[in-house]
Amino acid sequence: MRQHTVKSACKTFFGLVLPITVFLLFLLFPFYWMFVTSVKTNAEIYANPLVYWPKEFTWATYEKLFGYFDFLKYMKNSLIVAVLTMLLSLLVSTLAAYAFSRYNFPGRKVLMAMFLSNNMFPTVLLMIPLYSIMRQLGLLYTPGGLVLAYTTFTIPFSVWLIQGFIRDVPFSLEEAALVDGCNRVSAFIRIFLPVLTPCLLAAGVYMFMQAWNEYTLASMFTNPASRTIPVALNSLIGQLGVEWDMLCAGGTVAVIPVCIMFFFAQKRLVAGLTAGAVKG
Amino acid sequence: MKAMPRKKLQIYPYLLLAPALIIMVGVVFVPVLEAILMSFKFYDMRYPNKTAFIGLSNYIEILTKDSQFWPSFGRTLLWVFFGVGFQFLLGFILALILNRSFRGRGVVRALSMVPWVTPGVLIGLVWRWLYDGDYGVINDLLIKLGILQDGIPFLSRMETALPATIVSVVWQGIPFFALMLLAALQGVSADMYEAADIDGANFFQKLFRITLPSIKNTLFVTLLLRVIWVMNSVDIIQNMTAGGPAYATQTLSVYVYQKAHVLNLGYASAMAVLMTLLMLVVAVPYLKSTFKNEQ
Repeated sequence: MRQHTVKSACKTFFGLVLPITVFLLFLLFPFYWMFVTSVKTNAEIYANPLVYWPKEFTWATYEKLFGYFDFLKYMKNSLIVAVLTMLLSLLVSTLAAYAFSRYNFPGRKVLMAMFLSNNMFPTVLLMIPLYSIMRQLGLLYTPGGLVLAYTTFTIPFSVWLIQGFIRDVPFSLEEAALVDGCNRVSAFIRIFLPVLTPCLLAAGVYMFMQAWNEYTLASMFTNPASRTIPVALNSLIGQLGVEWDMLCAGGTVAVIPVCIMFFFAQKRLVAGLTAGAVKG
Repeated sequence: MKAMPRKKLQIYPYLLLAPALIIMVGVVFVPVLEAILMSFKFYDMRYPNKTAFIGLSNYIEILTKDSQFWPSFGRTLLWVFFGVGFQFLLGFILALILNRSFRGRGVVRALSMVPWVTPGVLIGLVWRWLYDGDYGVINDLLIKLGILQDGIPFLSRMETALPATIVSVVWQGIPFFALMLLAALQGVSADMYEAADIDGANFFQKLFRITLPSIKNTLFVTLLLRVIWVMNSVDIIQNMTAGGPAYATQTLSVYVYQKAHVLNLGYASAMAVLMTLLMLVVAVPYLKSTFKNEQ
C-alpha cells in the first residue's frame, strides 16, 4: 500500500510538478530578472558576482523614469492611440461581422475574402506607402495617423474574431424580437448587443494590447512628442549601450496594465480565437 | 448558413459593411497598389529630385546584385521554421499538461500567458540583457551549472546570435500555442480516451490516433497565423541585435524595415513585394481553409 502511494507521488512529481515548474521558470524568469534589475542600485546591477536578490531596494530608477525621462507622457500617448484603435476597430468590425454572419447578399463571398486576405500583407509592405501617404495628408506623427495604421491589422482580425463570437449567438433570439415588432436596428441594439458585450470587451482587450505593444509602425509614424511606449523603450538604446535600469523599470510599468486586462479577458478571447478554427 | 432568407435585394448589409470597407480600402488596398507602383520607381527620399520610373531595375538588383537578399531569405526560413516549430512543440506539451486537472491550474495557465502580452521591443531588450556577455544572467547560470567555463557574448557572435534570437521568439510564442491548443483539447470528448483505455492503447497511440486528429483544424490555423506573424516580426530582432553582428540575424522583414528607415522607399517596396509573394505561399492555404469554414 505504502509503496503504491510513493509510486503515485513520484508519478505526480515527474509528470506534473516538475514540468510545470520548468515551464513557469522559463516563461517567468525574464520578468523576475527585469523587476529585480529595476529595483537594484547601479552598483548591484553591474556587480560581480551577479546579485540575484538585492540587498537594498531602491525606487530611484522609477523616480528617474517618471522624472527626467517623462515616461508618463509616453504612457499617455500609448493610451490615447490604444483606446482610439480599440474603439474604432470594435465599432466598424462589429457592424461588418454582423453583416457577414446574419445576411446573405450578393458579393458576400468576395468581400469576405477581401477582409481575410488583409492578414497576409507584411507590415513592412504597408509601412512604406502609408508613410508617404500620411506625409502628404499631414497625418504623420499624429495619434490619428498611427490609429489608422493600426486598423490595417486590427480590423481584419477583429472581423474574424467577432464573427466567431456571433456564430454562437442563436439567431432565434433576434427573430423573436422581430416577431414581437422590433425593427432590425432596435433588435440589434436591444437584444443582440447586450448578449455580445462580454465578447466585444474581450476582443477590445486584444485590440488594445496590439496597439499598446506595437513597435514597427510606431517607430516610423511618431516623433519625440508623440512617441508611444515601445518607441520610448527603444530610445533607451544609446551609443554606449542600453540604460538597463531604466529599461527594466519602464518595461515593468508597461507590462502591468495589459497583463491585468488580459487576465480578465483571456477565457472569452480564447473562445473567440478558436471558434473560427474548431468548426468546419 | 443561418442568414435570414430575403427576397428583395437589401441595403442593410452594405451599409453595415461600408465603414470597415472604406477604411480598409484607404489603409490597405490603396497603399498596396501604391507600394507596387513604388517598387518600379527610383524613389529615395534623400534624393527627391531623382524620382523616376525605372521598370524592373529594383527587382533585378535585389535578385541578382544585392549580396544581402538571398542570405536574408535563408535566415527568414530558418527563423520561421525553428521559431514556429519549437513554439508549437513546447506549446503543445504545455497544453497537454494544462489539460489535466490539478489544483491551481487556473493560476498556472494565467501566469504562463504573460510572455504573449509583452511588447516585442521589451522582449528583444530584456533578452538582450539576459544574454549580456558581462552581466548576463544566462551566462552566470550556465557557468554555475558547469556548462560553460567563461561567459559568451551570445548576441555578438556570428554562430550564436541567430539561435539566441530564435529562443526569445519561441519564448514569446509558447503561450499562444498553448492557449489555442488547450481550448481545442478541451473539446475532445473523454469517451474516446476511455474507449482507447479499455482497448489498452498506450500514450502515443492515443496521441496520434485521437488527440492530433481531433485538434487538427485549430492546429492548422494556429500554425499558419504564427508563421505569418513570426515572418513579419521586426521588433524582437531589431531591438536585440538590429540584424547584426555582420547581418547574422537579418531576416527579410528586418532588412526591408531598415531600408525603409533610411528612406530608400522604392527599393524597400520592391523587397516588400517579394516578401509578400513568399508570404502568399503560406497565406493561400490559410485563406482557403478559413474561407471553407465560413461557408
